[in-house]
Amino acid sequence: MAMRLWQPLSLLAVMAIATLLFSLAVGSAQLSAAQLWAVMQGQGDALARTMVIDLRLPRALSAFAVGGLLAVAGALMQVLLRNPLADPYVLGLSGGASIGALAAMLAGVGGVLMSGSAFLGALLSTFLVFGLAHGSGGWTPSRLLLTGVVVAAGWGAVITLMLALSPAERLPGMLYWLMGDLSYARAPWPPLLLLLLTCIVLMPLGRSLNVLARGPQQAAALGVDVRPLEWGIYVAASLLTAAAVTTAGSIGFVGLVVPHLLRLLLGNDQRLILPACALAGGTLLVLADTLARTIIAPEQLPVGVITALLGVPTFLFLLYRSR
Amino acid sequence: MSRLITQDLIINVPDRCDGTALNIALEPGQIWGVLGPNGAGKTTLLHTLAGLNAPRSGHVLLDDQPLETLRRRKIAQILGMVFQERLDGFPATVLETALIGRHPYLSLWQMEGADDYAQAESALEQLDVAHLRHRLVSTLSGGERQRVAVATVLTQAPGIWLADEPTNHLDLHHQSAVMALMAQQAAQGSAIMMCLHDLNLAARWCDHILLLYPSGEACWGPRDSMLVPSALERLYQQRLATVEVNGAPVFVPVS
Repeated sequence: MAMRLWQPLSLLAVMAIATLLFSLAVGSAQLSAAQLWAVMQGQGDALARTMVIDLRLPRALSAFAVGGLLAVAGALMQVLLRNPLADPYVLGLSGGASIGALAAMLAGVGGVLMSGSAFLGALLSTFLVFGLAHGSGGWTPSRLLLTGVVVAAGWGAVITLMLALSPAERLPGMLYWLMGDLSYARAPWPPLLLLLLTCIVLMPLGRSLNVLARGPQQAAALGVDVRPLEWGIYVAASLLTAAAVTTAGSIGFVGLVVPHLLRLLLGNDQRLILPACALAGGTLLVLADTLARTIIAPEQLPVGVITALLGVPTFLFLLYRSR
Repeated sequence: MSRLITQDLIINVPDRCDGTALNIALEPGQIWGVLGPNGAGKTTLLHTLAGLNAPRSGHVLLDDQPLETLRRRKIAQILGMVFQERLDGFPATVLETALIGRHPYLSLWQMEGADDYAQAESALEQLDVAHLRHRLVSTLSGGERQRVAVATVLTQAPGIWLADEPTNHLDLHHQSAVMALMAQQAAQGSAIMMCLHDLNLAARWCDHILLLYPSGEACWGPRDSMLVPSALERLYQQRLATVEVNGAPVFVPVS
């Protein structure tokens, strides 16, 4: 039984490490395996060391954390809303974050202030959607989903308005942020720690989530305290998404496709799917970001474009082949 | 051995006056049938007894303790519920579905062990769906899914069964098989209450009957005192003919 969990997870972990190493070695200046080894030993020439330790490593780790956070948040949202189309952004969270970030850019501030503004926007959107969906009675998944979709549409209009009113020289930066951009991600540890913590907290709840996926009444009849669990999932997924969006902008597709891809391959046990999402989501985004900064190096592509270009055909192929 | 008692229980059916307060004792070994027309509140009653719906007033006692003071996990170790409607959610196999019956007994970090698998397999065996164990539930027929749902509760092995139309979608043979399984559970000390639409199944298998009227009125008692044609005709607003087969009454609607 435990083997059933560890086999796929070890395989995914090996893939994750291989992808991380690959992303450290390639770029506008390539490193051989020997050079990379030397750098990791603390040797090698100073330029290569700066490039790997100060530039590529934080970026690769950030990409891993963001990808993992988005995939786990997506998987949680799908269980919470019992809807396969749910993704981390379905409740309008990325729209709120985008408005925060774009407003900061318009005001001409960057760095920590912009991240903070994006995070505030994400939280604001979360509370708005939840408050509206809650209304006078209790919330139901379908009501939450519908509220989220409508709020997201509203944010979309505001974003377009802001882009239309922005001075031309600020537009490229804004568009890159909206498509997801890891080039400013310099502090990988907070999101990585959050990802690790989430996985540790979620592991023992996996079986309860399996039961919850069969509906709240069935879950309650089998001994699950449904309301606290649903609240917990909602808060956790929102926090994870907010952290991801704050680090790297709104990167689409990871949160929708990675959980489904893994479900098609590994079945539907959340105890396996959630840690697998952390590993596979991270791996996918590291790979996508590496491609984004190498294909037309030294120019960079928005990483969201690459995740979609990689993810769409893979997903469609697996879906086509599934029973 | 567990018992379920209601004290002046009024179930909360929206826009209906209180009606009769229920004082029922569901004892080990008993099989209760709940009869009533559509919308009489049969499902609401079972959900209230399971603690899934709050009552309008009164109490439900599970082994002498008020239901609302017990943790859900504790309740689930004693009381199992066969639902009338089920969500499919995400794809799951028949075996995985039966296994969730073990959920109330496993601690947070614990994985299902060989015993749990054996119990689920045996339940699937008894419901005649073991050959489907690796099929996705969503690909099964209605009757097969119904049997998987009963198998899940059998895996849960509760002392009290609340079954909402357990014979829904089942062919004649499997209707009898499921009712025989209920009788076997009762003989082993379980207490069983089920909603039924089939008067003849109720007459054949239940020892106590609860009649629920759409007005909220209710009456209950041993089977033979309750399954009286005049009371049933008033219950369903339907004329019935009664014939006797092998010493038991059989009710047939006549126009």
